[in-house]
Amino acid sequence: MSERLLIELSKKGRRAYRFPLLDLPRGFEDTVPAFPSTLQRKTEARLPEVSELDVVRHFTRLSNLAYGVDDGIYPLGSCTMKYNPKVSESIAKMPSFTQIHPLQDTTSTQGCLSLMYNLLEDLSAITGMSWGTLQGCAGAHGEYTGLKIIRSWFLHHGQPERNTVLVPESAHGTNPASAAMNGFKVRVVKSDARGLVDLDDLASRLDGSVAALMLTNPNTLGLFEKDILKIADMVHKDGAKLYYDGANLNAIMGMATIGDMGFDVLHLNLHKTFATPHGGGGPGAGPVLVTETLRPYLPKPDIVLTDNTYSFDWSGNESIGKISMFWGNFLVLVRAYVYILRMGSEGLKAASEHAVLNANYLLSKLKDIFEIPYGDRCMHEFVASCQKLKEQYGISALDISKALIERGYHPPTMYFPSLVHEALMFEPTESESMETLDKLAETIGDIVKKGIADPAWIHGCPHNMVVGRLDEVKAIKEPNLRY
Amino acid sequence: MMKAIGIESLEELYGDLGEDILLTDSVPINRGRSEDEVIRMLESIGSRNERGIPFLGAGCYDHIIPSTVDAIASLPSFVTSYTPYQAEMSQGMLQVLYEFQSMICQLTGMDVSNASLYDGANALVEAANICLTHERDKHVVLVSPTIHPFALDVLETWASGTDRKLVVLPEKNGMCDLGSIEKMFDGEVGGVLLQSPNRYGFLEDYNGVADIIHAQGALMCISADPMSLGLQKSQREWGADIAVGDTQPFGIPLSFGGPGCGYLAVTESLLRKVPGRIVGATTDETGRRGFVLTFQAREQHIKRERATSNVCTNSTLAALMTTVYLSLVGWDGVKEAARQCYMKSHYLAENLSELGGVELAWDNPFWCEFPLRFHDAKRMRKFIQELRNEHIFAGVRLQALTRRREDELVLLVSVTEKRSREEMEDYLAAARRMVR
Repeated sequence: MSERLLIELSKKGRRAYRFPLLDLPRGFEDTVPAFPSTLQRKTEARLPEVSELDVVRHFTRLSNLAYGVDDGIYPLGSCTMKYNPKVSESIAKMPSFTQIHPLQDTTSTQGCLSLMYNLLEDLSAITGMSWGTLQGCAGAHGEYTGLKIIRSWFLHHGQPERNTVLVPESAHGTNPASAAMNGFKVRVVKSDARGLVDLDDLASRLDGSVAALMLTNPNTLGLFEKDILKIADMVHKDGAKLYYDGANLNAIMGMATIGDMGFDVLHLNLHKTFATPHGGGGPGAGPVLVTETLRPYLPKPDIVLTDNTYSFDWSGNESIGKISMFWGNFLVLVRAYVYILRMGSEGLKAASEHAVLNANYLLSKLKDIFEIPYGDRCMHEFVASCQKLKEQYGISALDISKALIERGYHPPTMYFPSLVHEALMFEPTESESMETLDKLAETIGDIVKKGIADPAWIHGCPHNMVVGRLDEVKAIKEPNLRY
Repeated sequence: MMKAIGIESLEELYGDLGEDILLTDSVPINRGRSEDEVIRMLESIGSRNERGIPFLGAGCYDHIIPSTVDAIASLPSFVTSYTPYQAEMSQGMLQVLYEFQSMICQLTGMDVSNASLYDGANALVEAANICLTHERDKHVVLVSPTIHPFALDVLETWASGTDRKLVVLPEKNGMCDLGSIEKMFDGEVGGVLLQSPNRYGFLEDYNGVADIIHAQGALMCISADPMSLGLQKSQREWGADIAVGDTQPFGIPLSFGGPGCGYLAVTESLLRKVPGRIVGATTDETGRRGFVLTFQAREQHIKRERATSNVCTNSTLAALMTTVYLSLVGWDGVKEAARQCYMKSHYLAENLSELGGVELAWDNPFWCEFPLRFHDAKRMRKFIQELRNEHIFAGVRLQALTRRREDELVLLVSVTEKRSREEMEDYLAAARRMVR
């Protein structure tokens, strides 16, 4: 059943919530200067007028029309949709965290500060970096911050001409967009036949104008850039910096550090690797970590520990400054810290191993159904292609995805990376059991068979949801963006 | 599983990691702990925070949050879902965001809202971006000196290392001085960023300002606490092109300042310049109404370096909290809460200014927050400490935000509808003991 808009259920005068009555001394209100009429609002806002039960039912029904990790497997490549532990949720709701104001004197927020400090220590250890900031609110925000740090370093070192950022063909869209937001030009580095950075192409682009090369490792094809030390050497010899996009860290926690691979700056997505919920698209957290050389450029304020007391340090002259309103998405940080405490060093390593195992297992189950253009081994995710199915039977990556929806599964990432035609990118994560993966593979096999036999069925999927495939062209031609 | 893959050990899966990078030891963090142990640890960490009655604001406000907000924002299919790319199985969250966008448009009077940004400061950054990209060859943004100090910091970071330039307008008596704004324009100014209530809590008057800005071909952006829009003119009524702010006052707890929820809404002509997600209504083949992420050609995953912004993850779950909050209280509730903020803050301000030893820093209209000026620093410290002994956080030291000497004696005091009469009387009683 579709759900009407709450405003459509509105009935004049109905109220779900009433504020306590104003309890100021009698007559006081008459003495208060009236709100200046020149500043006074003249128009009304149209908001729902409903009962509390109307609100509860409306949003509960809407939640029934949503799908989360708690509903089932979510093999969305590059998004790391792992299980979000309930203990993190309940701890993040403790009033001793939720009712703390960001501008209380730091002597009254030692709990919050110690948590942030210890989280930064752990993240530094896990990634092999020197120190970092927790102010970033999302992965892209971290990228923006990391590149700002690099830009600032070059300006301080008299190299303003380093105004280009290199990204591989398979990079996440946020990489080039974050570079552009920092005023950098973007150049694309080719991938070779292996699906890895083309070293010759990279060499030809390192011409003294490059500020940084941004890499995800493993890359978005799910392949480990095994030339990484060589790449780091090439980049550093040219005088440029190497940036690590932490979107795919879930493959290698505890197996290798980002520092050992030669990266200078990185961001993490706590809402991916560190099991904080995605919340339907946020809020997340995008901490940035750097090597010792770049440490002075981190955003302000730093968190410091002196004589057993934590405080903010605003003194850094080379700091790029603030990047968000207060100190970062604190409640997301709480959840990530709880996750790290629960897992510990051996748990994080096991999580990565099982994420890689699960991906390879699913790959082994699907390799007879789809083409796997970059080999039958992967890290934590892999990319399959529906190109042959499309050519032979007219079954596209979109068809497979929509049929999966009909069968109650969230689809993999579609049409990314663009290197692969009709791409489906699977990332099962460590959270799923073998039985779940078997069932998913079986369902996909079944979908393909049925789709070949009955093309009309698969092109019309999903048939059983609240809506069928929606007219996206109409959404743009006749914009309807509010009630 | 290993048999199916054709391996004999898990190590084989890491064959591409050379010996020179494979770790031989575990990373230097602690071993895992039981759930119970972690709960105890976190309770202990939490207990190192001191809780008090916050008369603290400066961008983060302690308002009443109806219980229903958290109940709905905890529903697992919302909490554990991803960005709603797959529309058919994400209608619930898409519709929430459509309702959120609608409510933001209703409050601000604007035509188009996005589906949230990280926070109010980053919404200002995105607004500044729009100012510099809506026409060619714009490099300068004029900024009010009275926007939140941290928001100004974030804007300065955004401009640094690029060819963008921020020019801060003059300040007069705690207000942005717009008297000579006309002289500030050259061909390179793309827009003007203003804020009301401003960093001191004062309500600024923008009568006639939009015409001046528009005559110069620039855009006008006003940042506003959305609850203040229950009383003061909406951004649209001032003639602004861009409305921004943070919806934290609507249903989002203090949480040490994050997550918040940035909002950004524009006039129709700027639709294609909007950063981030936008949800639109459309239909399926059988004519049923449904919601999709739309105008995606603006976004990073399609346009890459030519996108309107790099934003991907936003603050959806916080936007849901605001949507539920506004659904519960309605427009009458917003107006009532805004009115109570006005009354209560004036009650406290008036009683404090009668004490002697402190005064309102300037005589300007304010809404839920006001700047109290002390005569000397020692007394101010003592005042804050004395109230803290009574478990009251007296206010935010402006200098803690600006790190400017001239702000040393100013305390920003915020009084929301949540502050009871008793709490205010306790504040006043402690203050009376101090200010003599």
